[in-house]
Amino acid sequence: MVKFGTIRETAREPARAPDPQTTPLPVKVQVERFSFYYGDVRVLHEITLGFPRNQVTALIGPSGCGKTTLLRAINRMNDLIPDTRAEGRILLDGENIYDPQVDVVRLRRRVGMVFQRSNPFPKTIFENVAYGLRVNGLVRNRRELQERVEESLRQAALWDEVKDRLHESALALSGGQQQRLCIARALAVRPEVLLLDEPASALDPIATEKIEELIAELKRHYTIIIVTHNMQQAARVSDYTAFLWMGHLVEFNQTEKLFTVPREKLTEDYLTGRFG
Amino acid sequence: MREGQNAREERWRRRSDRWAHRVIFVLSLTAIMTIVLIFIFIFREALPILTNPEIQREASLRHFFHPMEGPDLASRYMWQPVALVPKYSLIPLILGTLKTTLVALGIAAPLAIAAALYTSEFAPPRIRELIKPAIELLAGIPSVVLGFFALIVLATWMHRLFGFETRLNAITAGTALALALIPIIYTVSEDALNAVPRSLREASLALGATRWQTATRVVLPAASPGVFASLVLGFGRAVGETMIVLMASGNAAITSWRFTDSVRTLAATIAAELGEVVFGSPHYHVLFFIGALLFVVTFAVNSVGVYIIHRVQLRLRGER
Repeated sequence: MVKFGTIRETAREPARAPDPQTTPLPVKVQVERFSFYYGDVRVLHEITLGFPRNQVTALIGPSGCGKTTLLRAINRMNDLIPDTRAEGRILLDGENIYDPQVDVVRLRRRVGMVFQRSNPFPKTIFENVAYGLRVNGLVRNRRELQERVEESLRQAALWDEVKDRLHESALALSGGQQQRLCIARALAVRPEVLLLDEPASALDPIATEKIEELIAELKRHYTIIIVTHNMQQAARVSDYTAFLWMGHLVEFNQTEKLFTVPREKLTEDYLTGRFG
Repeated sequence: MREGQNAREERWRRRSDRWAHRVIFVLSLTAIMTIVLIFIFIFREALPILTNPEIQREASLRHFFHPMEGPDLASRYMWQPVALVPKYSLIPLILGTLKTTLVALGIAAPLAIAAALYTSEFAPPRIRELIKPAIELLAGIPSVVLGFFALIVLATWMHRLFGFETRLNAITAGTALALALIPIIYTVSEDALNAVPRSLREASLALGATRWQTATRVVLPAASPGVFASLVLGFGRAVGETMIVLMASGNAAITSWRFTDSVRTLAATIAAELGEVVFGSPHYHVLFFIGALLFVVTFAVNSVGVYIIHRVQLRLRGER
């Protein structure tokens, strides 16, 4: 409990936000004193951190630390869970997404998401990718639709594997292909931010490698935030890492620094496997 | 000593397990045999229509389906089993059944599916907990009560509202029948919609789809086998339902395409006439033939339904 108190103290320090000297990059998503409640249980405690534009930021921490809740707060996916409440602000390009006037549907188009378990629609491969374009009315005609679908599948490094079977069911694909299809589906609407919730946790090492290569490729165009319980993966794919523990942000820094010279004892303990 | 006790216990356990197996087997066999025996009984009583020349002189497939001489549709196909010259055309009965079924499904299917979609996709939990049991309770109302309501109250309302020529007709009967179908279609559809994984809804919403788009373009298609099954079940109930149509349809076997005429359905005919028919007469066998016909039709529709559901499921799972 004593430990708990110290965490809360440090979490409040403004130094938690990326230090302008170490991160000269512009911030795409700024989380400000953000708290989140399931009923009466507070699962995020005044989190403050900025996700830099066109970089990959990893959220790590033990199970139940709130990393997925934080991720799902950024496209307001938590709204779907009844009896939840958010406090504080999350700014996307300076605009508070928790403002009552914000159109959640539009927000979710700007902030795409890929889930832990691949969840393609029971439709064809083509229709899966075309879905977001159709519901948002983003294409004017059939040809444009086909171009955007192909472009998205190419971006997700899936085109060569599926180009001859676009009109077969997406559920006939392998697990790794399904997950890349879900990435293609999210990319099709050209979001600005891409949220990845343990995207490779259900995949074998080869499929995981492909997803990781893809993430490195995608950060040129997107701001990527990835939740992972796999610290090696965080070290491999991310530029920045935030370590969460029991709903508090313990440390946020460039991945290299956080993994080699952690500032907090707790971070070090977690990274060296003393708990978690 | 202990060894012996263990062995005895083991033996006893194995024996009681074997007996449980036997008892359950006999019970399920009894249930199946009952159905098979009903099936055999109905078909045996219907068979003389196809085999006994004496019966066939008065009632045969020819009498059932071929037109007689007459100036209009209604007089060419007549059901008058107790006239001096009995007429056994099944056409007015089949047509009557189809008309009430069509009206009932036409009303019940959109209402029940829309209600299911509302409770599973849009309603706040508290309202869902109110609506769901309320609709399911509708299934518990005895059909004679629904028939009574249709005969006394509904028919009068609709008569005033639409100014029907005849108070009891296919539309009135179909509307009352819809009340019996709604809980069936609703319950099965709602289960199917609820069974669609939440991850699919989240995927759709995360792409910037609205709740309505998510409900109609993702959830409903994914649940389509179950929704279709609910319609098949509803159809079976509509064709077989007796008491509501017996009370609310007017029971006049008129061959016409108009929905505002009184109708007589196959099931209502059996219920109305079997109690007073001369045992072993052609009329008696005709009624059993109608029973067999109902049996075959519902069986066929169910089988085709199951086949289609299976095909759609395979397609949704990407195996075809």
